[in-house]
Amino acid sequence: MGLFRRATDALRSGLTKTRTALTGVFGALAGRKIDEEALQAIEASLLRADVGPALTKSLIESLRTAWRQGTVTTGEEARDHLANDLRERLGDHRGSITRADQGPTVLLVVGVNGAGKTTSIAKLAKRFSAEGKVVLAAADTFRAGAVHQLEVWAERLGVDIIKGKEGADPAAVAWDGAEAAVARNADFLIVDTAGRLHVQEELMRQLSKIKDILGRVIPNAPHESLLVLDATAGQNGLRQAEHFLAAAAIDGIVLAKLDGTARGGVALSIREHTGVPVKFVGTGERPEDLEVFDPEPYVDALLGLDDGSTE
Amino acid sequence: MFEMLTDRVGKSLRNLSGRGRISESNVREAMDGVRTALLEADVHHEVVDSLCEEVVTEALGREVTKSLKPGEEMIGVVHDKLVELMGPDASPPMWVEPGPTIVMLCGLQGSGKTTTCGKLAARWKNEGRKVLVAAADLQRPAAVEQLQTVVQGVESTGRGSGQVAFHGEPERCAEFGRAVGEAVTVCRNAINRARDEGHEVVLLDTAGRLHVDDELMGELEAIQTAVRPHRILLVVDAMSGQDAVDSARAFHQRLEVDGVILSKFDSDARGGAALSVRRVTGAPIVHLGVGEHSDQLEDFHAERVAGRILGMGDVVSLVEKARDEVDEAEAQKMAVKLAEGRMTMDDFLSQIKAIRRMGPIKQLLGMLPGMGAALKDMPIDEKQFDRVEAIIGSMTKTERTDPDRIERSRAKRIAAGSGTARDEVSRLMKQFDGMSQMAKSMLGPDGTPREQPAIPGLPGVGKGNTQIKSRRAGAKRGKGKKRR
Ligand SMILES: Nc1nc2c(ncn2[C@@H]2O[C@H](COP(=O)(O)OP(=O)(O)OP(=O)(O)O)[C@@H](O)[C@H]2O)c(=O)[nH]1
Ligand SMILES: Nc1nc2c(ncn2[C@@H]2O[C@H](COP(=O)(O)OP(=O)(O)O)[C@@H](O)[C@H]2O)c(=O)[nH]1
Ligand SMILES: [Mg+2]
Ligand SMILES: [Mg+2]
Repeated sequence: MGLFRRATDALRSGLTKTRTALTGVFGALAGRKIDEEALQAIEASLLRADVGPALTKSLIESLRTAWRQGTVTTGEEARDHLANDLRERLGDHRGSITRADQGPTVLLVVGVNGAGKTTSIAKLAKRFSAEGKVVLAAADTFRAGAVHQLEVWAERLGVDIIKGKEGADPAAVAWDGAEAAVARNADFLIVDTAGRLHVQEELMRQLSKIKDILGRVIPNAPHESLLVLDATAGQNGLRQAEHFLAAAAIDGIVLAKLDGTARGGVALSIREHTGVPVKFVGTGERPEDLEVFDPEPYVDALLGLDDGSTE
Repeated sequence: MFEMLTDRVGKSLRNLSGRGRISESNVREAMDGVRTALLEADVHHEVVDSLCEEVVTEALGREVTKSLKPGEEMIGVVHDKLVELMGPDASPPMWVEPGPTIVMLCGLQGSGKTTTCGKLAARWKNEGRKVLVAAADLQRPAAVEQLQTVVQGVESTGRGSGQVAFHGEPERCAEFGRAVGEAVTVCRNAINRARDEGHEVVLLDTAGRLHVDDELMGELEAIQTAVRPHRILLVVDAMSGQDAVDSARAFHQRLEVDGVILSKFDSDARGGAALSVRRVTGAPIVHLGVGEHSDQLEDFHAERVAGRILGMGDVVSLVEKARDEVDEAEAQKMAVKLAEGRMTMDDFLSQIKAIRRMGPIKQLLGMLPGMGAALKDMPIDEKQFDRVEAIIGSMTKTERTDPDRIERSRAKRIAAGSGTARDEVSRLMKQFDGMSQMAKSMLGPDGTPREQPAIPGLPGVGKGNTQIKSRRAGAKRGKGKKRR
């Protein structure tokens, strides 16, 4: 698998870099004094990571104030200042999910088209299989081949799957899934849903319905609703989170496709405006490519972005 | 999708024009708002900086500071820049003789390649072409089946006299990373088959891949070397952020992309990616994807999108859609009828049907100048149109040609026949009267408009009302399946 493995390994090491390792814009600033030009370079690298103009501005202002007051003078200090700021904003949730007191813990997975929901479900299924019996519900009855896609994963991972016909009512599939999970004494039920744009009101209402149905079969279900966010998403990611929060009361985010060069910096704004934290990150297309979100290496990877690479 | 940007640009420029005399630093100040707006729209930060610099230079060159309407002048400059950045509009696809013309789609995971294959196939079928679509994504589970279903859907329900066939070799699928190289074989086989069977065009659907994944990027290069596609199209998600520039650049460096298709344009993303991808690849944006169905593909026009960015509406699209649906001679006949006050219920019904074929009403209204932002949150009940159609359907022939004859007892019968309420019938009669009146006053005797046409009172546009639902974009009646 040669080069691909290399790419993921590079990311892995990117995500576990120690605080002192300086790359990207801070690599260039190492051992140097901060000046206006340096602040601009830092600003560019935050923008480049999709942190967004508003948040970037406030991060840079805070840095500038510290620099003027003399508490930050070198590149290293600037980096630490910024990293602290970012870590604080992200909070630390380390993949913790709410679990059912008894009976199956139900996870509902939602998101816009093509974000990575189904693949993330395969990854979550693999992860939770280690803890107990997992059942999947294929409630994406809309997209061509969607049910079969999840079926392939279920087979590869050796977990049960409940499905309806293509075109069936997704809420009915959710219902069947919940009943089967109870009947089969499952520990986890993970429900796949069709991709939908957050502006499609009717489809968002459908999500609320799926949620209600799950709760009718299993008390307090879904215990955890996860929004899958594509790391390449731009500022629109915030709108996605807001709408999915309103319709499906999402508890956390799976930040998928972090194995590319995108960093999903909009997750910071999401955290700030909605309070919803990132809980897992996707780092590839295989079931094992899921990691618990850890703000430390994430911030390192975010700041390690080399602005020069875009030219 | 560009509404917010519109608001922002408009505001900063309005502030500018409100000040009377302005200086060079005022111009720069206003550009700061433009810069933030463009960044929020996900235009790449380097593109933003150079764009703003160019606009300032140009604006000062045009002496906006001395202009009486500096705001408008600046809008003009920004607009021209946006058009320049996104244009020129794409050249039509190149068909090679002898065929088959080979077209390859590529892009990141989940960007919309497979769906776009269906859309392109539908378009070409409509043009009467014989199309073969090949499944060269052997990696994503059920990708072959997905494409097969999409292609079968287009072949059985798509418009036009062409044909769409599917080529797939599902037995070559393998787990991630294990099928690299097999895709080349599938593509080669598909092209041989196309030659044998006389297909005019072969469309290759490839697996999604990251631009930093050397092995998979290598696979694309191998396909390119093996089959020499005539057109390579990159599919980019309209919701993408800053990274769109880096991935597009990488695909372009390795494959020389001929065109870009911007998918998921039906989202509310502001789509700054369109600007930056165009800038870094130099490849034209050829289409916009505006939904999940095969008929939801539109042509890209820089003027149009730039106009939308600046709140000038999307009249070009509207006119184009209308042209697709309405026969010109018919329209002229109708206009004369309207002018003479001879419109019948049948005419009214066919007008409504023509409008609805153009797309969801909300989307259409959003294209009218200055309406986009205002209509964003207005609930529009498409079901009311269903009821109007049902009411007219329950009228007798004479009632339709002479609606004045419909008095109380007839209205009661019509309501019962259409399963609607009596006052719904009388409301429709009133709307019909109002429309005939307005048409008469707006049109000259030859059916040409007397003055600026107003927006006619459309049924279905209501105030906030919880039971009112807007139909999901694209779930047109009789087309595709409904998602409920
Ligand atoms: N590189 C990479 N690719 C991913 C990751 N997660 C998902 N993908 C790929 O992204 C594409 C879309 O993933 P899906 O899981 O089908 O996405 P989805 O949200 O279920 O898509 P729809 O159901 O069509 O809306 C597939 O090709 C996946 O293999 C990730 O973490 N890294
Ligand atoms: N709303 C909307 N969804 C789209 C559009 N194009 C593709 N999709 C959806 O995006 C998801 C990924 O598309 P797909 O064609 O499978 O992407 P691929 O992985 O690049 O082949 C699917 O759920 C599609 O239905 C579009 O223009 N608008
Ligand atoms: Mg899916
Ligand atoms: Mg595909």
